[in-house]
Amino acid sequence: MEVKEQVTPTNQLLKPPLQKQIRIKTWTKSTVVIRSTLVILAVLTVYAFFSFDYKDIDFGEAVIATVSNLKAMFVRPHLEHFTFSHALYQVFITLGLAFLTTLFGAIIAVFLGLLAAENLTNKRVSTVIKGVVAFIRAVPTVLWVLIFAVAAGLGSVAAVIGMTFHSVSYLVKAYSESFEELDNGVIEALQASGASWWQIIFQAVIPSSLTYMISWTFLRFEINFAVAIAMGAAAGAGGIGFDMFMASSFYLDIREIGAITYFILAIAILLEVVAIQFKKKLKVNE
Amino acid sequence: MQADYFLKKRRNSLGFLSMLGVVTVLAIMITEYNVVQGFASLPKAVVWGLGNFYPTGESLTKLPDILEKLIETLLVSIAATTIGALFALLFAIIGSNTTRINAFFGSISRGVATLFRNIDVAAWAMILLFSFGQSSLTGYFALFFGSFGFLTRAFVETIDEVSGGSVEALKATGASYFSIISQSVIPSSLPQMISWILFMIETNLRNATLIGLLTGSGIGFTFNLYYKSLNYDVASLVVIAIIVAILFIESVSNYVRRVIL
Repeated sequence: MEVKEQVTPTNQLLKPPLQKQIRIKTWTKSTVVIRSTLVILAVLTVYAFFSFDYKDIDFGEAVIATVSNLKAMFVRPHLEHFTFSHALYQVFITLGLAFLTTLFGAIIAVFLGLLAAENLTNKRVSTVIKGVVAFIRAVPTVLWVLIFAVAAGLGSVAAVIGMTFHSVSYLVKAYSESFEELDNGVIEALQASGASWWQIIFQAVIPSSLTYMISWTFLRFEINFAVAIAMGAAAGAGGIGFDMFMASSFYLDIREIGAITYFILAIAILLEVVAIQFKKKLKVNE
Repeated sequence: MQADYFLKKRRNSLGFLSMLGVVTVLAIMITEYNVVQGFASLPKAVVWGLGNFYPTGESLTKLPDILEKLIETLLVSIAATTIGALFALLFAIIGSNTTRINAFFGSISRGVATLFRNIDVAAWAMILLFSFGQSSLTGYFALFFGSFGFLTRAFVETIDEVSGGSVEALKATGASYFSIISQSVIPSSLPQMISWILFMIETNLRNATLIGLLTGSGIGFTFNLYYKSLNYDVASLVVIAIIVAILFIESVSNYVRRVIL
């Protein structure tokens, strides 16, 4: 009797903590949203695979064909329909399109960005500009280019103007956000000393966010290079992208695509290296 | 000293501006960009747009067809992003400095990601067109490769940023590699990663339009069809449908981001 009684209390003492696990994860709003986002994405993905229009493609065969195509592209690239110097020239055209677009975009975006920053103008102007910019961003670049192509004809004019729209909307967002980070005290101090709006802009706002602006602009230049390749193909604006389009849909020459891809890769990696150096240098200067 | 500083500053900015000017002139020459025509085409485009580029009652009959293509394109973008993210997660764990198994695999995984990221989706589309033809799969794989490359880099940075200390702490307690990954690295960087995934879906929906144009599938092809046949009223309806879809996705992802970050 006595022995038994002694055993039970120790059991009771030991057992409860073992049975009850500590709940680490709680159902807060953010975990609910995270989980439901993941579940929804997974469900949509599975549904997407069932709904695809496969058009009787033998999947395995196509994958094997792709692999052998990739091998031919990268291992045995050649230039058949144009020369190396022509390809280099086309790369420069693509870079030129990207540069012009970025430059125009940056100039326009500085002014719109100033107007869109809440601390520099009133809230209504800022909301209107941010709304317009969000609308411009929602239209894919290629559609802007094609819409302008009707008025200006296919070619570099339509490409540059159409791509500028997107650069402006992207840079206005980036610029205005960096303007808004400026300490309000600085603006107040300058206002108190009787400085005009333009003086505040040029002496305080722009200098303090210049490094941000430059790194965003360079990032946009990288993006614009990729976009310019695509636009050359889709809108006939010339450049290396157009050659690639010709090689893939007219000459059906996979090895030439390989050579062009190497060109594009070289420039893209070069730009990335330059961007990294750029950022390092800017950080040292700060 | 003071005068020198301003002189140097002025000389620097003058040098920078003149360099910019020279490059601009070179770029204008090489691309044969007509500056006057460029600015003149803006008002012309506005006039033309107001005159022709709006949907009419007749074009509304094409709406079900357009919506079907839009949903198809949307699903392709989402599926490509999700599967791309899964692969990117794997490569990012191997490639990140805090969680990599060893330096050799780390640099290989980073190299693969750099390669995939720097080939543009449009280029992928043209490459894949050879073996997959004009089907959804061409667009799917083009978007998948692009998403994979971009997300790997984003995830690597997220992991590096979020989980330095906790990985070290767990290592010290003797936790195994897989429990460190599943208990610490993934949970702590999940909100950031979801934010990147949502951003990628938006980007992919835009890219899908372009890829559709190049490969003849999805909503991009629909637009091209009406655009080339001068049915501008229907083409404008397609544009509006795309805008609505993108703004919708953007607002959903903004909401999710606000809650989880």
